[in-house]
Amino acid sequence: MMSKNHPIQLRHFLDTFLPSLIAIIGFFVLCGVTLIIRGQSPWEFYQLILISGFSSIDDIGSILFNSTPLIFTGLAVTIGYKAGLFNIGCEGQLYVAGFAATWIGIHFDLPPFILVPFCIVAAMFFGGIWGAIPGILKARYGAHEVINTIMMNFIAFAIMSYLVTSVFQEPGQMEPQTAEIHDSAKLPKLAGLIPLLPQSNSLNASFLISCVVVLLLYILLKYTRWGYELRLVGNSPEVAAYGGINPGRVTIWVMTLSGAIAGMAGVADVLGYHYRFVHSFSPGWGFTGIAVALMGRNHPFGVLAAAILFGFLSKVALDVELLLDIPHGLFIAGQGLLILGLVCMEGYTKIKNQ
Amino acid sequence: MIFQLIPSTIRMTTPLGYAALGGIYSERSGIINIALEGMMLIGAYGYVIGAQISGSEWIGLLFGVCFGIILALIHAIATITFHAEHIVTGLAINIFAIGVTEYLIPTSDRVPGLPEVKFPLLGVYSILVFILPLIMILSHLFLYKTPWGLRLRAAGESTEALKTLSLSRARWQYFAVIVSGVLASLGGCFLSSNVHVFTKGITAGRGYVALAAVIFGNWRPLNGVAACLLFGFAATLGLENRWGIPDQLLKSIPHILTMVVLVGLVGTSKPPKALGRIIT
Repeated sequence: MMSKNHPIQLRHFLDTFLPSLIAIIGFFVLCGVTLIIRGQSPWEFYQLILISGFSSIDDIGSILFNSTPLIFTGLAVTIGYKAGLFNIGCEGQLYVAGFAATWIGIHFDLPPFILVPFCIVAAMFFGGIWGAIPGILKARYGAHEVINTIMMNFIAFAIMSYLVTSVFQEPGQMEPQTAEIHDSAKLPKLAGLIPLLPQSNSLNASFLISCVVVLLLYILLKYTRWGYELRLVGNSPEVAAYGGINPGRVTIWVMTLSGAIAGMAGVADVLGYHYRFVHSFSPGWGFTGIAVALMGRNHPFGVLAAAILFGFLSKVALDVELLLDIPHGLFIAGQGLLILGLVCMEGYTKIKNQ
Repeated sequence: MIFQLIPSTIRMTTPLGYAALGGIYSERSGIINIALEGMMLIGAYGYVIGAQISGSEWIGLLFGVCFGIILALIHAIATITFHAEHIVTGLAINIFAIGVTEYLIPTSDRVPGLPEVKFPLLGVYSILVFILPLIMILSHLFLYKTPWGLRLRAAGESTEALKTLSLSRARWQYFAVIVSGVLASLGGCFLSSNVHVFTKGITAGRGYVALAAVIFGNWRPLNGVAACLLFGFAATLGLENRWGIPDQLLKSIPHILTMVVLVGLVGTSKPPKALGRIIT
């Protein structure tokens, strides 16, 4: 049985992830082409990519650090997608959650093993609320969650901009940011645990948390009744309703959970890196999460891999901008094309198989 | 007071109106168009690039519209030819547009703006303001009084209708999406020509708000633009700060209104029946 099973599984694996592979190769080729158009040498670019990504443990640590928030947002998008919902609101959810974590971290001084979970729970609660609102509006009133989550992004951003420039701005500072959270709320860095990882590396415990969440979501989706209901609603709400499942209720809890997970991306930044709420700290993690989810084929482990890939890309983008003077926009545009390529391949194969 | 509110309401409504009309074409043909935001952004960017290269506002307009058409073509090819998910495709285009505007060519400050007409007491308006009602009426006549409009709408109502007449659904959809690219990018041109410069995030979610106006206006040109007036007025309230509410919070009034409007439409909005249907 084993010998028969194995090639089929491999084949299935290849079929699932082939579009992702094609998309990423296409991405790098396109980068080269645009560089030629701009009159720069693509070879220098490719060389730099290899050097910047894989020359030391420090580099790998940075990649994993970059990928941490993307793992959360990618999972948040994935769980929505599985239930047939688009959570485009991760950006707003992570800001709201990040702010909640900051507030708790500033105002309470408790031992770490109480304060850290307290911050995380508060953050997930508010991120969850921010996700639940569009979910409720969708379930109760049929209002489209895509537009509503986008609107909630703008609203969250407006509120956060106001808060960090007024009431909660660090006293005596010009920067739009809050005061620092207590030491006991900070997540420890992993530098001490991993040999050869220098103290300056920002990789912290939030990465480990994200891996745990990956595992938990995998179990939830695959082995629990909730996961089954969620997938059923995603496939066909009518069939699910016929089977005694309330699609509206599933919509609400999926959007809540999705918001809570997206909120963890805010936690990763606040408790793990900046140790305070910095105005517009997210460089678009919520939107990159969409690319991560698609690239990872909406599978938790796939998301993990895709997030690491995007963590690598964002590190490369930074190095390339510094050393070769290639604007960051190239990677944003490339990300858009990457998603485009993936959905095209997905749509095309779906039609061909019918 | 009213003499201040009217001009700024009109200025806020115009870009939304163009984008909403664009959205109506696309969605009437069955293609969901979240990419309005990206098309507006690239239109605003193209205008500045064209005007900067040539020094002429008309070349700017041409560039803006051409850029918009390119994005529309990408959306059309992906959704119609490759049957890709409409919403994801639209989002991808929006992300792509953000990247391109930051990457391609850096923009300079201060390009010439489009010609303006001045009214006593009522302020100064770009000519695009006056073209909008014209396009709105023409769109209404086109969609509801001509056989071509009927075919375009048929593409959105049913996947089979046009086939029975041995007409191509895809061709009408391509046409509709390209028109929506032209219109949305005109809205973007209006934005950047008004302030003579392209800034990051200049569209500020107007494409999405326009889409809500499309839904609120029941996918009809006249109602759609009327809905934009409402959103434009809301945005004006965000500009005219007289209540001591922080500016940052006031700016989100149109976004809150969008959500309220979408929720208030329970059971009353009737989208085209085959909207977003991917199967051929």
